[in-house]
Amino acid sequence: MTEEEMVDRLIYLDNAAATRLDERVLEAMRPYLFDTYAVATSEFGYSQGIEAREALDEAREALANALGAAPEEFIFTSGSTESSNIALKGVALALSKKKGKHIIVSKIEDFPVLHSAQALEKQGFQVTYLDVDGEGFVDLDQLRDSISNETILVSIQHANQEIGTIQDIEAVGGICREREVLFHTDATHTFTRVPLDMKKIAVDLVTVSAHTIHGPRGTGGLCIRQGTQIAKWMDGGFQEFNLRAGLENIPGAVGFAKAVELVTPKETKRLQEMRDHLIDRMLAEIPHSTLNGHRRKRLPQNANITFHFVEGESMTLHLDMRGFAVSTGSACFSRSLEASHVITGIGGDHERAHGSIRFTFGRYNTVGDVDAVVQVLAETVEELRSISPLGKNEEKEEA
Amino acid sequence: MKFPYTDIVLEHFRHPRNVGKIENPDGKATEGSPACGDMVSVYIKVEPKTNTIADVKFESYGCASNIATGSIITELAKGKTLDEAKNITWKEASEALGGLPKIKAHCSVLAVEGLRSAIQNYEERHGLVKEKKPTTVEVVRQRLRKVINPLTGLNVVRTNLVQDIKVKDGTVRVLVDLPRDHQFVHNIKDEILEKIEPLWDVKEVVVEFTE
Repeated sequence: MTEEEMVDRLIYLDNAAATRLDERVLEAMRPYLFDTYAVATSEFGYSQGIEAREALDEAREALANALGAAPEEFIFTSGSTESSNIALKGVALALSKKKGKHIIVSKIEDFPVLHSAQALEKQGFQVTYLDVDGEGFVDLDQLRDSISNETILVSIQHANQEIGTIQDIEAVGGICREREVLFHTDATHTFTRVPLDMKKIAVDLVTVSAHTIHGPRGTGGLCIRQGTQIAKWMDGGFQEFNLRAGLENIPGAVGFAKAVELVTPKETKRLQEMRDHLIDRMLAEIPHSTLNGHRRKRLPQNANITFHFVEGESMTLHLDMRGFAVSTGSACFSRSLEASHVITGIGGDHERAHGSIRFTFGRYNTVGDVDAVVQVLAETVEELRSISPLGKNEEKEEA
Repeated sequence: MKFPYTDIVLEHFRHPRNVGKIENPDGKATEGSPACGDMVSVYIKVEPKTNTIADVKFESYGCASNIATGSIITELAKGKTLDEAKNITWKEASEALGGLPKIKAHCSVLAVEGLRSAIQNYEERHGLVKEKKPTTVEVVRQRLRKVINPLTGLNVVRTNLVQDIKVKDGTVRVLVDLPRDHQFVHNIKDEILEKIEPLWDVKEVVVEFTE
């Protein structure tokens, strides 16, 4: 392969960050951008507004259904960041005077939850950051011990954004229900891929997003169980059951519903097969590689592997020059120059984060993509190890 | 395609020069930053008659700018006298690469320091170093000139971030004019500790931030 040929492709393996929009989603949205573009009016409004209202209601029903909830329990937002902000800050506003100012989150939450908790901490709330084990599972005993009469909310993600570990939210929900504490889960990465039925799981607030399932970005939702105490936080009009003001994003809502409809168990199984194929090949063919997270209890579309003795940004740049998009937990890659709080949270040292690469699959990936990235990464890792001062002794020992 | 680096950086990243170890080097050093995680080792062979660098090699466990700077610094140093090589600055290395992103300064400065430390290592082994000087405020200030604020790409002394330095009974206190929750406090603190702690008569380093 010549260098020119190398860059003449794009294999996108960063679907946890953003996904390509599905054309069918765009087609479903189109009428609400060009024809029925009116604001959703009440049933006493004008026809275009009534049609818009009906489309929004239908989309809401589809989203609520997907979570085993009633339509009036689902509000649309601008994405999972906003949803988690509403969940944490809305509950904090509603309950701090009535009940207490203690919140519990896991230490490997994604930034919307983690930074909302930190922002509340600055406002005088107490936050417990639960530890996780080496595979990223929350310590349920620590959760039980941490809940007090002052605790108003537990927020533990459904699955991790980086290492894919799926939490036992049924157990978490059981504990919270027994102790009468609200439970929020960030399901951004599991929604439609890993079952979550609010009729079966005692969860009160669920964050979801369209951007992870080939839907429109800037569209998400928060499912709020009937009767949950939550204060309005975005002030303005009376939209979204008077919980989130702002002009409804009807094309987004319709696109989100279409995106949900297009995810099938068959497709999810296909993603899982790609994931397993990638993990099996990488661990077998690239020496000194370690899987981050659990082998099976992980997102079907996520693999995260540390390649020891090499640095992540060097790997991603080499891959980028050969047409692959992946992400890394290395400090050198991040805007904050901080190593991944998830990898350090699971007890990994800086070095483990430094050489970690996350691969996340989507609808437009094939097994051929997996084989291609394994081959190129094996070459890249070997090349970078040849110039690394680390790892030479280990290789000699093996030889 | 759009890359965050210049063509020269990418060229050195893909095909780094003078990579590897020198067997029985005359001087060697490893520089690493716990804040960033990058590491670089530099090995030199010295021609004693002329006091020039006859050969220089490097190894990198780091990001693209770390590798590229390691590569360029070996090219810049080869054939130079020890004094000339010691005075190669990060700015010169960066300019030779057509410029580096500011935020990458602290990863790439490691190679520059690696070369200086390898020369120092040679000088120490060959009795060319003067006696140990006690640590003073000025010594600390000089060392802090190597700590880069990733936001500006400039060192923390030059940008007046270091508000106060106190040295007393082996304890060094550095007051940094940044809010405690600033994005880069952890990096800057780690780098300050890394620069000051190795001083022979320093027992404790305390880094404080303003509110």
